[in-house]
Amino acid sequence: MKRRTLLASAALAASLGTAAFAQDPTKACFVYVGPIGDGGWTYQHHQGALALKEEYGDAVEIAWQESVPEGADSERVLTQMALSGCDIIFTTSFGYMDPTNAVAAQFPDIKFEHATGYKREHPNVSTYNARFYEGRAVVGHIAGKMTQTNKIGYIASFPIPEVIMGINSYFLHAQKANPDVELVVTWAYTWFDPAKEADAARAMLDQGVDVITAHTDSTAPLAEIAKEGGSAWGFGQASDMAAFMTNDDGTPGPRVASIIDEWAPYYIKRVGQLMDGTYEQIDSWAGMPEGEVVIGEMTDAIPADVQAEAQAMIDAITAGEYHPFTGPINRQDGSVWLAEGEVADDGTLLGMDFYIEGITGEIPN
Amino acid sequence: MIALEKRPQPSQAWTWATPVLAVLLTMLVGGLMFAALGTPPVEAIRTIFWDPLFNPQFASYSRPQLLVKAGPLILIAIGLSLGFRAGIWNIGAEGQYIMGAVCGAAVGLAFYPAESVLIFPLMVVAGALGGWAWAMIPGLLKVKFGTNEILVSLMLVYVAESVLASVSSGLLKNPDGMGFPGSRNLKQYPSGANPELIAGTGMHWGVVAAFIVVILAYVLLTRHVLGFHIKLSGAAPRAARFAGVNPARMILFCLGTAGALAGMAGLFEVSGPAGQITIDFNSGYGFTAIIVAFLGRLHPVGILLAGLLMALTYIGGELAQLMLGLPGAAIQLFQGMLLFFLLATDVLTNYRVRLSNKAKGTV
Repeated sequence: MKRRTLLASAALAASLGTAAFAQDPTKACFVYVGPIGDGGWTYQHHQGALALKEEYGDAVEIAWQESVPEGADSERVLTQMALSGCDIIFTTSFGYMDPTNAVAAQFPDIKFEHATGYKREHPNVSTYNARFYEGRAVVGHIAGKMTQTNKIGYIASFPIPEVIMGINSYFLHAQKANPDVELVVTWAYTWFDPAKEADAARAMLDQGVDVITAHTDSTAPLAEIAKEGGSAWGFGQASDMAAFMTNDDGTPGPRVASIIDEWAPYYIKRVGQLMDGTYEQIDSWAGMPEGEVVIGEMTDAIPADVQAEAQAMIDAITAGEYHPFTGPINRQDGSVWLAEGEVADDGTLLGMDFYIEGITGEIPN
Repeated sequence: MIALEKRPQPSQAWTWATPVLAVLLTMLVGGLMFAALGTPPVEAIRTIFWDPLFNPQFASYSRPQLLVKAGPLILIAIGLSLGFRAGIWNIGAEGQYIMGAVCGAAVGLAFYPAESVLIFPLMVVAGALGGWAWAMIPGLLKVKFGTNEILVSLMLVYVAESVLASVSSGLLKNPDGMGFPGSRNLKQYPSGANPELIAGTGMHWGVVAAFIVVILAYVLLTRHVLGFHIKLSGAAPRAARFAGVNPARMILFCLGTAGALAGMAGLFEVSGPAGQITIDFNSGYGFTAIIVAFLGRLHPVGILLAGLLMALTYIGGELAQLMLGLPGAAIQLFQGMLLFFLLATDVLTNYRVRLSNKAKGTV
């Protein structure tokens, strides 16, 4: 009799335990470098976080902190998140790399996921990034076809491999579409500063550039392009920026397409793995095939045949049939980088520190 | 009718009561704002002011963090307060902070990977010199050409930011960093690191320096003739001149001291909590320190308290974002209110409020 009660109470305790476990949601936390309303990079990460919540409902709880400066402040924010009971923490900017690893060392039971970095110093740190250059290839093709002045522009943030890769991909495909095209690169030295971004766009427009893509996070370049009244075009960056598809007066807006960072598939996959116990440390670099890089709706400002070509390129990249960096491609100095039919390896791309042939100007350092 | 009557002397009592009143008003109006955002106001205020200090889940971590956050604020604000008292308006501490960090880190990285106990002191000196030199630019321009130090020092912040971006993706870039911007991590270089001195206290050399500077500034202002001259220059520039104060030397001294202290704060931060020179290394300490200086009534002890209070609103603000989902902008607004109410209530220090009725007035 005694034994039976003991067993019964043990069973009760066990069932209580699992019930408590089932009710205890997995907490996913997000650290953002900008405000969630930036309309670009951070906004898109937040959309991914919201999609994660939507997918799992009550099983997942999300928390976030926006505009967290990189450096010492982020280390404190991460520690406080870890203390507050987060099970997995996504740090969504390159500058959080060292703080992420430092805090991860102190909380081995919590998973850390760092976007766009390369350091995984502890088993609980994974890194993830997207192959944005695939999107640059498509908009590069559109830019090459659409420019009337044969001058296209790129608002660059910082001279890092990620950005140089984007510039090369953009120019390479613009040049394939239009051999006379000339690329103007303007360095803004910021990720998010609407005033500086608008200045950069204005400076290029004044030089006769009529198609601009940006590697910064705000919508300011599109707003600046809109002032040209239909003689210059741009692309949504990081987010769809669909608000710029049509102007207030109903005329076609400056945004003709966009490169969308779609983080939701990754966030849903990783948190799902954490919940079902299949989570492992990884270094993820996914693109169009996985649905992490998406080209937003093309507007009718783009001629129909160009739209079809762009769509064909999207389909080829998505199917894994085409790699945007396929030779022959020469370096800026004329030396051979990729021979005919050769495809760039990821290592070279991730450390890219040179322009391809045809781009004028130098990479600042 | 409410009338304001100028006091013959600024009220001593109100000088110290207005910061407290400003904090209370900020809590009140901030609480209304939080309520309007749909967050229970009492809970929000408690999360900001109480949880970092006493919440069992966070306090053991966030209490030491108060010192980490307050250290650079106090160090910079003390330097600024000397100039503000003398009527010299250095708004560019942020730039001096950056240049101190860059120069100090450059010295440390130049010795990498050599180990010596002399390296860190050298870095501190280089940091101070870097900040000092950056502050000398508006100083010398003002002395020689009569330029406005407010504009020049502020504009030099943007120049310093460009220098920072340039060196972190060029000169000081980590050679093992795969081409990414950012220097080596000084925390992983024992001779160049500014570690926590006693584990779990948050105390690092920058915090120690801040406390020492508070004491030195107090002695300077109360016991030393130079302190008297600083106050005199601000209160009565003509009288100061008659008393033999050389205005040019006063400008250079105040800007130089503020620059050197800001530079040191930058060095302590880059070698300690931040660890590395990166493009976005600066996070506004130089500007926030202006608020701290005024909140502390330009008095060393007041600045010490104001620095801790400001740090509390930062850390508590982060907690409120995380735990209550308050938007980051609401926290910034809350901090801005603090300065706004302080300046608004300052009127009580210099003016007496008289409630008079009209009838009396017409007699």
